[in-house]
Amino acid sequence: MTQTTTSRRGLAFYLLAGFFGLFVVFLYGPMLMIFILSFQGPGGGLTFPMRGVSTHWFADLWSSSRYGDLGGAFRRSLALGGLSLVITAVVCLFAGLAFRRRFWGAGPIFYLSIVSLVVPGILLGLGISQLFQLLGFRLGWWLSGLGAHLSWTLPFGLLIMFAVLNRFDGSWEEAARDAGARPWQVLAYVTVPILFPGLIAVALFGFTLSYDEMPRSLLTVGGSNTLPIEISNMTTNVTTPALYAIGTVTSAVSFLVIAAAFLAIAIVQKRRARAKQG
Amino acid sequence: MSGRSSPSGSRLAPYLQVAPLAFLMLTMVGIPLVTVVMLSFWEFDGIAVYPAFTWANYAEVLGSPVTLKLFLATLKYALLTLVATTVIGFTCSYFLVFHVRSLKLQIGLFLLCTIPFWTSNVIRMVSWIPFLGREGLFNSMLIQAGLIDRPLDILLYSDFAVVLTYIHLFTLFMIVPIFNSMAKIDSNLIEAARDAGATPAQILWNVIIPLSKTGIALGSIFVVTLVMGDFFVVRVMSGGQSASVVSAMKNNIDQLYYPVASAMAVLLVAVVLLMVTAILRVVDIRSELAR
Repeated sequence: MTQTTTSRRGLAFYLLAGFFGLFVVFLYGPMLMIFILSFQGPGGGLTFPMRGVSTHWFADLWSSSRYGDLGGAFRRSLALGGLSLVITAVVCLFAGLAFRRRFWGAGPIFYLSIVSLVVPGILLGLGISQLFQLLGFRLGWWLSGLGAHLSWTLPFGLLIMFAVLNRFDGSWEEAARDAGARPWQVLAYVTVPILFPGLIAVALFGFTLSYDEMPRSLLTVGGSNTLPIEISNMTTNVTTPALYAIGTVTSAVSFLVIAAAFLAIAIVQKRRARAKQG
Repeated sequence: MSGRSSPSGSRLAPYLQVAPLAFLMLTMVGIPLVTVVMLSFWEFDGIAVYPAFTWANYAEVLGSPVTLKLFLATLKYALLTLVATTVIGFTCSYFLVFHVRSLKLQIGLFLLCTIPFWTSNVIRMVSWIPFLGREGLFNSMLIQAGLIDRPLDILLYSDFAVVLTYIHLFTLFMIVPIFNSMAKIDSNLIEAARDAGATPAQILWNVIIPLSKTGIALGSIFVVTLVMGDFFVVRVMSGGQSASVVSAMKNNIDQLYYPVASAMAVLLVAVVLLMVTAILRVVDIRSELAR
């Protein structure tokens, strides 16, 4: 992990650090630019220079009817994200626990999850929507849409659960069982509390992947769009900084959720460290 | 997956625990994919779809000269993106693992690379527009520097913009697995190589790259499948001038030509699976991951 023999930084270090710095600029620079440009004055355009600073384009998002049902799409995306968060965390927790043992069908279920990651999203959306139509079910964001989102969030959650469980010592559960705990008590008082930081990570994936999902949603949400679909429609129709304003709003939501998850994990870890000391 | 002592309890327990996942994977992945394959063999008269077996959809896709062009264009995007993301991903991971000495800083910088993964791809794509456009930042910088007289048109709405966006969106899928592989390399190995008189270049070539293979292979699978599955970036960032297999498929879907779209999808998945198999042939990911 660390180099012990050379203590002075060589030229290689500075070159690599420069490269890494450039990569970070490449990663965040463009995003930062649209955050700035979303505060463009009312007369400003899609590029620099800024013609004044205003929140005109944010107000425009709410007041103008040009952008379709943005408010509804936003609410639906938040609801889908919340549902995905809960379902992904619960389903992946139990599936992860199951995969610690050998059972019939483990291979096919695992491979099906990997296939779901690898297959083009729009293709899966086509499959789900056609299946629903063949069976005579109506497409709706809360059923076929949610299912499509879960096909994306669950495989990621499962892989993270594997990584989390790899570092989990099963003898804690054994000890609880030997002390006479019933299965649900082992789960509620031992397994879940120990795995909690990992579960927050799974939940983070559950929310954010669903909240930003577009290709799988396109054909499966039925008549009512989600926010990423509305935004992707705007990329071709809207030629004002309102496009950047919605980008700033939706990114702010993402960053808030990421920050909340990191904070929660940090608090749990700190509490544990303190408990260990005291 | 882990080999830890299995908890006692009933034999039924794992089946109950995995049932929700199995149900969702079957109804939302397995059966829908079978539906697409089935649909690709159904008859289509331009208006409606009939459940009768036919090869006509495949004949139409394979008989069209456009198909080969689409596949070649898609492969070109995939390869260009793959090369760039591998070089960038490897270099960044190498820096993080072997040159950043504090573990806290290492994790912090690693997270910095992964945070964009949790934000919107659509927005990250859009964010290149003010930079690359005709009146964008890059053009005005070049003009001010006196390098060009007129703004370059090829920056936005071109293949260049498409590949640049892919690199921007997908490099982190390379960094994460390569970083993981590299972090597992035993520092004694590098020490031993150095003591034996190996130059840094030799250590890189003979120790670090071979031991990072798994990460590179995993990252390659992600990048190739993501690029080949995209329709949106290629449509928007090429300004509608370029197409890929999936963007053509999307056009078919928009026109309700579901069976033809399904046939294209089946062919694409076959090609993608071939590529993934080829990558797995080179590197045995399963046995490497179990280490």
